[in-house]
Formats: sequence, structure tokens, C-alpha cells
Amino acid sequence: MTQKSLLTVDARTKKRNAAEKRFKAYGFAAISVAMLALVTLLTSVIGTGASAFKQTYATVTMQLPEDVLDKSGVRDIDVMKKVTTVGYTKILNQGLTDTVAALNIPHDLSNKDIGGMLSKEAAATIRDHVLANPELIGQEVTLDLLMNGRIDGYFKGRVTMESAALDSNTSPAELALAQALADAGVVNTKFNWAFLTNPDASDQRPEAAGLGVAILGSLYMMIIVLAISLPIGVAASIYLEEFAPKNRWTDLIEVNISNLAAVPSIVYGILGLAIFINFLEFKQSSPLVGGLVLSLMTLPRIIIPARAALKSVPPSIRDAALGVGASKMQSVFHHVLPLAAPGILTGVIIGLGQALGETAPLLLIGMVAFVREYPAAYTPDAGLFGEASTALPVQIYNWTQRADPGFVERASGAIITLLIFLLIMNAVAIFLRRKFERRW
Amino acid sequence: MLPLYVPLIATAFLAAFGFLIASRRALAVSGGDARKLAALPRQYGLNTTLSVIIPTSVVLIVGMIFSSLSGVLPFIVLGVAIFGFSYSIVRITPEFRARRYAEAWIKLVLIAASAVAILTTLGIVLSMLFETRHFFAQYDWKAFFFSTEWSPNFRGNSALGIIPLLWGTFYISLIALTFAVPIGLFAAIYLSEYATRRMRSIAKPAIEILAGIPTIVYGLFALITVGPFLRDHFAQPMGFGDSASSVMTAGIVMGVMLIPFVSSLSDDIINAVPQALRDGSLGLGATKSETIRQVVIPAALPGIVGAILLAASRAIGETMIVVLGAGAAARMSLNPFEAMTTVTVKIVSQLTGDTDFASPETLVAFALGLTLFVITLGLNVLALYIVRKYREQYE
Repeated sequence: MTQKSLLTVDARTKKRNAAEKRFKAYGFAAISVAMLALVTLLTSVIGTGASAFKQTYATVTMQLPEDVLDKSGVRDIDVMKKVTTVGYTKILNQGLTDTVAALNIPHDLSNKDIGGMLSKEAAATIRDHVLANPELIGQEVTLDLLMNGRIDGYFKGRVTMESAALDSNTSPAELALAQALADAGVVNTKFNWAFLTNPDASDQRPEAAGLGVAILGSLYMMIIVLAISLPIGVAASIYLEEFAPKNRWTDLIEVNISNLAAVPSIVYGILGLAIFINFLEFKQSSPLVGGLVLSLMTLPRIIIPARAALKSVPPSIRDAALGVGASKMQSVFHHVLPLAAPGILTGVIIGLGQALGETAPLLLIGMVAFVREYPAAYTPDAGLFGEASTALPVQIYNWTQRADPGFVERASGAIITLLIFLLIMNAVAIFLRRKFERRW
Repeated sequence: MLPLYVPLIATAFLAAFGFLIASRRALAVSGGDARKLAALPRQYGLNTTLSVIIPTSVVLIVGMIFSSLSGVLPFIVLGVAIFGFSYSIVRITPEFRARRYAEAWIKLVLIAASAVAILTTLGIVLSMLFETRHFFAQYDWKAFFFSTEWSPNFRGNSALGIIPLLWGTFYISLIALTFAVPIGLFAAIYLSEYATRRMRSIAKPAIEILAGIPTIVYGLFALITVGPFLRDHFAQPMGFGDSASSVMTAGIVMGVMLIPFVSSLSDDIINAVPQALRDGSLGLGATKSETIRQVVIPAALPGIVGAILLAASRAIGETMIVVLGAGAAARMSLNPFEAMTTVTVKIVSQLTGDTDFASPETLVAFALGLTLFVITLGLNVLALYIVRKYREQYE
């Protein structure tokens, strides 16, 4: 009888070892797929969105003729306001055509086509500039003006000569002229601060659309969420963790809270619509309603980590405080709470981050409305945070619903902005945890 | 009429000065010797402050909800503040246990804060029940639950059957889970059983980043990247249609969103399996993968099932990914490359824009919301029950 050495691997062992290797490879593959998904997601969004932070402007010098802009000559603002953007568009077209002529660039475009290379927003820009500085009338001014979305897209690689030939909004000749102007230094692409400060713009002018109102609205809502869900969340978790007797009532609250944390966010939107808007008659699309809805949604998501933080403070701390004569309440507020504060704060920041990115409930309470006015935090009419506003994630959704391809770039750019805010918040949370976390 | 800010300022004033007056008075009634008092002077002060603030806040909140009271509200607020102030001052004697009373006030606030959770749930259920009743008063409930046609028409005569929406919801969730569960589970197994400390410290946070990305970002990803990619490389060449928004698009992107959800929950559960079980299995000569498949996973199975149920509830309630990735056509088809729609998409579309809260076309959203709430609640309760029951085994 031949006996094999233990060191010679038999068929069964080989099979088992192969199975082992396969299993490990599956695990590695799973992680790779997850990583790949993350990388694809980020590169796709950043790839399309990064260009939103740059914008193409033309430096145009034009005459501001008095006989068009202020026939009366008295510089009365109310009279001057009667000249609409149509009047300014003509001045603009002339200004850009003159610039082109001065550079001796050959072309066969009409004045109107040349002027059309500028954004429809440009006329409003000069009008506002003139109304703010009436003394400029009759003089020559030089302004940096937005180019339209197609020309801007050409410099960012989104629009090509081939696609322009099929596009009724532009033509290869316009792109060629824009290229010549860029070579001459008249047309420049520079960092787009306006993207972060401008309000939204209408369907035809993606180049002018910005996140100003959305960022302000989101900021207001975060203030409300912080002011409501931080105190209530901390108070609730202190009660449940430190004082609540074990009975049916507190059991019910506990099950409730873990369920609320898992309720789909859109359900909170329905709640907000039914209770805050239909029943209490708060104003639609106001940051107040949005903030309240998000607060209710964030509350369980703050309570759960806050309870964990309180639980992690060892009982010896409480016992020591009680031993020297503190009441239960004093032991909690003077000793346990300060020690749990970093953990609670981390949970709060993460909860705020989730609230910042939440979209669905805000759609239902009317935040999809087109808002161009910066909302004030307080007005006597609308009350505290009562003015119509929009929010960062809703603005993104809004832009994805628009027809002009320029808005896809804007939406992705807005996502980059949103992700940067989230990144900062999470970095702060991680920093707090690293710096103040105590192991007992 | 008295403007509301007058009593509010008065309350703030009484609360602040109440503190000083009460602590002075406490010291005075003890004859200047704080040791004779049952509590520290500042605790008398605190009791007065809380006696002013807490009752007035309650009155204020109740009064604001019942707006019919707005005329007399300022006077009631003022009265309550003054009463709270005087009553707490009058009661100051050396024997008065101010700390106990002050803390009773604080405890009341804490209890009220935890009741907000209950109120929220009540608010959700009641508001939806209320509007759903209105809906069923105008629309036959049998047609809603059993009709296979969804074609709302704002001029009336709509067909509002939920079946096609549920079909889309479950189809998309199924694809999402088929994608997320194996990947999430294997990732969790690899991270907890095989990965080196270094790899774990990189891969785990990286996967958790996926969980921190807002769903609108996933939605846009579905819309501009995944949808066109699937259409150009799978649907069109294989003759499955030419729609960029499809069940597959939404399902895969939702699957990516769920990976961290499944993996971090499973990771916790796998780590909770006692090392002794593994050691026993390895000691008998099992390979690592045999140990995992035959010992660790069976031990962790209830928890993993709970995690999958929670993920399913997430998938069913997810809104932005399907709004941007799945399409709006209510259709019942098996072709995964066709656009279909879900309950959440229809809630959004029926409630945004110009809505008339008397028409069944708008009210149906509340019935849809209630259905969604019931389904997800059922899944959550089941999942929590399973997870809780399982956890008790090793603790």
C-alpha cells in the first residue's frame, strides 16, 4: 500500500484550495466594483461639471448714445427705465460689430448675428450698469459681457463645428468668428464667480444661471434645521438614554425613532405639504417650511448617534457625580453631556449633511419654483424665512429638466459645489472625532 | 390689539430678572446664610426662570396652532408669564426644594422633546389618512388597488390604478438588490475576514463615501452617464429599445447607492459573530472560505436578512434616482430596458406644479404615499425585529 506524503496535494485539496482562491477573488472583485462605481460617478460628474466654473466673456467697447437711452436728457431714472433691453441690444450689436470691424476680421455675418453671439443676459447687464451709473450716457464704456451658451460651449469643447452646423442657435461661421476674437484677445474664458452668486436664469440663457439663490436658501434651511433639531434631538436622546424608565411608552418611542430614520424622505414631503402648507397655511416654497420638514427628517438621524455618544460615557462618571451630591440632572448636564458632546456634534454634522443633499421632500413643498430674487431672512410681510426660495439639490433637479444642453454642465457644476460643502462638513466631523474622541 | 412681541419681551425680561430676584430673595429669607436653604440660591433663580419660560412657550405654541386665538394670545402669554413669575417667587422659603422643582421643569422639556418623534409619526399617518379618505370618497378603492391602468387626466375620468406603479417599483428594486446584495455582502466578507488592516482602512471609508453622496447626484449620474451608456451599448445593439431612462438604468444606479448600505450593516453583523466559532471551524481543518460559508454566514444570516430588508425598504422609497433615471411611463413589461415608473415618481409628478387639492388626480398622491409608507414600515419593522432578535444571541 502506497502512502502519499502529506506534502503532495491531492485532488480534493486542490479543489478546496481553488475554491478558497475563488472566494477570495469574489470578495476582491466586489470591492473593486464598488470602487470603480465611485470613481466613475465622481469622474463623470466632475468631468461634465468642472467647466461650469469657467465662463466665456467678450470685452466689448460701445457708445451709449443719449438719444436712445435718455431722450429727455434729465437723467431721470424712472424715465430711463422705460428703455427696455431691446434698446440696449441694438447698442450691443453695434458695439460688438465695431469691435470686429476694428480688428479687420473677415466674416459674412449680419450685425444681428454678431450681436447674437452675446448672451441674452448681456443687454440686461448693460442696462443695470447704466441705470446704476447714469453719468455714463453719451460716453464710451468697456464691459466684460457674457457670450451665449453655444459659443461658451465651443470654448469648453461641448460644441463643435459639426454640431453647430445642425444647430439653429448658432453656426460654424459664428464659432469661427468667436475663435478669431479669442485669438485677438477680445474673447476670454475666466473663472466664473457669477456661477456661485448669480440667481437662476431662464431657459434660453444657461450661461447666466447661477447658484446664488439656491445657496442662500440652503443656508437658511440649515440654520433652521440646526436651531430645531439640535436642541430637540439632544434633549430627546438625554431623556431616552438617562431618564426614561423601561416601559411600554418609552419602548414605543424607541421603535418609533428607529422607524422614522428609515421612512422614505418623500413621505416627509407629503407631511410638510399636508400639515405646514395645507393646514397651517405657511407659504409654499419658503425656507421656513423646507427647514421644518428637513428638521423632522433629521431629528431621528441625530437622536440615534447622540444616544450612542451618551451611552459611551462610562457609568463611573455618573456614579462619581452622584456620590458627591449632584442630582441626576446635574450629573448629566455637568459631566455626561460635555463628555459626549464631540460624539453628538459629529452626529449632528453628518445629519445636517444629509439634510443639505435631500431633494425629494423639497420638491413637494414647492421649492421647484423659478426664483430670481434673493430671499431675505426676514421681511415684515413674509415673516422669518418666509420668502420664496430654492435649494441647492432642487436647483440641480430643476436644471436637469431644462432643454438646453448648457444646463447639464450647470447641474454638474452645482453638484460639485454641493459635494464640496458636504466634504467640508464631513471633514469637520472627522476632525472633531479624531481630536476629541475619548476611549474609556 | 397688543402686538405679540410685547409679551415676548416681557417674558424674556421676567425670566432674566426673575433669576436675580429669586436668588436674592432666597438669600434674604434665609437671613443671609445660604446654608440654611434647602437648595443653592441660584437654583431658586433657575426655578423662577423656568417657571416663566416653559409655561409661556407651551401657551405660545398652542396659541399659534389655533390661529383663531390670535387676538387674545398676547394677553394670555403675558398673564401666564406674570403668574409663573409671582407664584415661584411667593413660594420661596428656606424649606422649598428649588433644585427638585427646577429639575422637574427640565425633565418636562426632555419628555416633550422625545414626544416630538411620536408627534411626527402621528402627523405622517394622520395627514395621509385624512387626505386618502378624501381620495377614496371620489375614487373607487377597488379600482385604485386592482386596476392595471394608470393614466391621470386633469380634465377628469382618470384611470388611477396602482398596480403598474408597484410593478415598476418592485422591478427596479429587484434589479438594485440583485446588484447590491452580492457586491455588498462579498465586500463586507472580504473587508472583515481577508483584508489587511491597511486595505481595510482605505476601502471601508471609500465605500462609505458612496453612502454620503446625495441621491440627486446618483440621479444625475443615471441621467447623463449610465442611461446613455446602457442605451448605446446594450439596449440598441440587442434590440431592446432606445430609451435612455429605463428600469435597468435606475436599478443599477440604485444598486450602487445600496452597496455601502448592505456592506456596512453586514460588516457589523459579521464582526459580531464570536471569534470562537471561527477558531473551532478552522481547528477542524476547514479552509477560511469554508469557515465563512458554513459557519460565519449561517450564524450571521438573520442579521444579513435584516440588512437586505432594510436595503429593500430604501430602494422602494428612493425618489430622485427613479425620477431622473426610470422615466414617467406607467407600463407593465418585462423588458428591463424599457422606461417604467414608480410610486415615488408619481407622488412627485402629481404634487408638483399646479395642483388642485380637491381633484382625485392630486389626492391620489396621498394614497400612494400611504401605500409606500405602509410597505416600507412593514419592511423596517420586520428587519428591526429580525436584527434585534439575532443580536441577543451572543450578548
